[in-house]
Amino acid sequence: MTLPVKIEGIEQPLTPQKATILRLPSPRAGIVRARLLSYAHMAAANTLPPLAVLTIALVVWEVLCSTPDATLPSPTRIWAESKELITDPFFVYGPQDLGLGWRLLVSLQRVAIGYGLASVAGILIGTVIGQSVWATRGLDPIFQVLRTVPPLAWLPIALAAFRDSQPSAVFVIFITAVWPIIINTAVGIRNIPDDYRNVAKVLQLNPLEFFRKIMLPAAAPYIFTGLRIGIGLAWLAIVAAEMLTGGVGIGFFIWDAWNSSRLPDIVVALIYIGLVGFFLDRVVAIAATIVTRGTVRN
Amino acid sequence: MDAYLQLDHIDKSFARGAVASEVLKAIVLPIHKGEFVSIIGHSGCGKSTLLNIVAGLTPPTAGGVILEGHEVNAPGPDRAVVFQNHSLLPWLTVYGNVRLAVDKVFGKSKSRIERHDWTMHNLKLVHMAHEAHKRPAEISGGMKQRVGLARALAMEPKVLLLDEPFGALDALTRAQLQDSVQEITTQLGNTVIMITHDVDEAVLLSDRVVMMTNGPSATIGEVLPVLLPRPRRRLELAAHPVYLDCRRRVLDFLYRRHRTFEAA
Repeated sequence: MTLPVKIEGIEQPLTPQKATILRLPSPRAGIVRARLLSYAHMAAANTLPPLAVLTIALVVWEVLCSTPDATLPSPTRIWAESKELITDPFFVYGPQDLGLGWRLLVSLQRVAIGYGLASVAGILIGTVIGQSVWATRGLDPIFQVLRTVPPLAWLPIALAAFRDSQPSAVFVIFITAVWPIIINTAVGIRNIPDDYRNVAKVLQLNPLEFFRKIMLPAAAPYIFTGLRIGIGLAWLAIVAAEMLTGGVGIGFFIWDAWNSSRLPDIVVALIYIGLVGFFLDRVVAIAATIVTRGTVRN
Repeated sequence: MDAYLQLDHIDKSFARGAVASEVLKAIVLPIHKGEFVSIIGHSGCGKSTLLNIVAGLTPPTAGGVILEGHEVNAPGPDRAVVFQNHSLLPWLTVYGNVRLAVDKVFGKSKSRIERHDWTMHNLKLVHMAHEAHKRPAEISGGMKQRVGLARALAMEPKVLLLDEPFGALDALTRAQLQDSVQEITTQLGNTVIMITHDVDEAVLLSDRVVMMTNGPSATIGEVLPVLLPRPRRRLELAAHPVYLDCRRRVLDFLYRRHRTFEAA
């Protein structure tokens, strides 16, 4: 069959031609390999630079602290003297001779209680303050003053009030973490667009429904900013509080190690504290992403 | 016969300190059941304020709104609003936004399955059922307005209030949505008040066009009945003598008799 095709005014017959079929290799294997390669590339791009910096820092540290009259321990000395603390976080040799993992868990438990209470109280108080102009005027200046009080300054008062070190440490965590949560929640509530309030009015949502379905989700990005600052402050405060209150926590471990001149142990504890703090911050950040469904970008 | 919805001698003034500025004065407008009324006027004439008063979101300084013989002075789902900027809740899906309204209005009278079906029914009405699982940020401006319309329709309102619903859309999307609104409101027999500043839109969709004078103390200048049969098709109307006459009269009112002198 021929089809007449008009090309520039000239009629030409078009004869169908036999197509040659080229067999291409299945793309499946290639795609998998390419994807694995790109993952590997990404992982390398994210892990190699910090590893390189870490290596350089360790070498410099080793060089600086390897002289006989160095006041601080070098990495090799830390490894030699505190190897067990690093490799086995969960040993138990006695009531005060525990692995750092156990001590961290005790500290984390205190933080969990104090921070949990601070989150609930902070969000509720922040909501009230954000909602009411008069509550803002009355309470905001007081909060702005109180939030600048350093965590440890609260400890003597807490000890006097509770007459026990455990609730005092928890209270210090609470009072440290609660301010940013209150203030950020209040800002978030105040910034809820009028449009959402109008929608709620037309739908005649009652106060509880309004709180649950409009206020919390609308203010969630702000609330999580407060929660993230709060968890950082709580972790900062717990070490200091435990140094003074004693017990089994990681803070007291550092104080104890200092008193018995075990400097390598202190360095190991510092690294553990840093890692846990980083981990806590990530947990809250991930929770924020999940709860706000990606409207909070980290 | 009493009107279905009566705007009865509405005045509105805003006080700032000792200075009160009168925005609306002596607005009287009876609206019949199933009627589509547009309110048109220059920006700043208080037409959005008037709609908010009908919605119950803004209290009038004097006068009132009477719906089916009862005064209404608080917002409620019997006067559903389609907001100019869609006002969808960004953390809910398209479905979730409509479902929130359905759950609130029919929480007691319909079962869970019925409420789901009713939500989907209204999304189908605005051709958004296929995007039900998406979030507002993932759909276009026209689609958001469709969802806003579905949310309002799903409340089965006595009066549907449209606050410049197509103002933020491009011309083609706007035309599509106008056709959708006409089709749906004619089919369902809704009573509608629409705020607009688009002359063609007002004439195309309305049974009556209410023209507002310029503020301060804006009031109703003229009411023009649009005696065109439905369904109205924009292509056929383009040369229709009645359409052209209505259009000319609205333009004449807005740009000759009540033009704004400080218009930019």
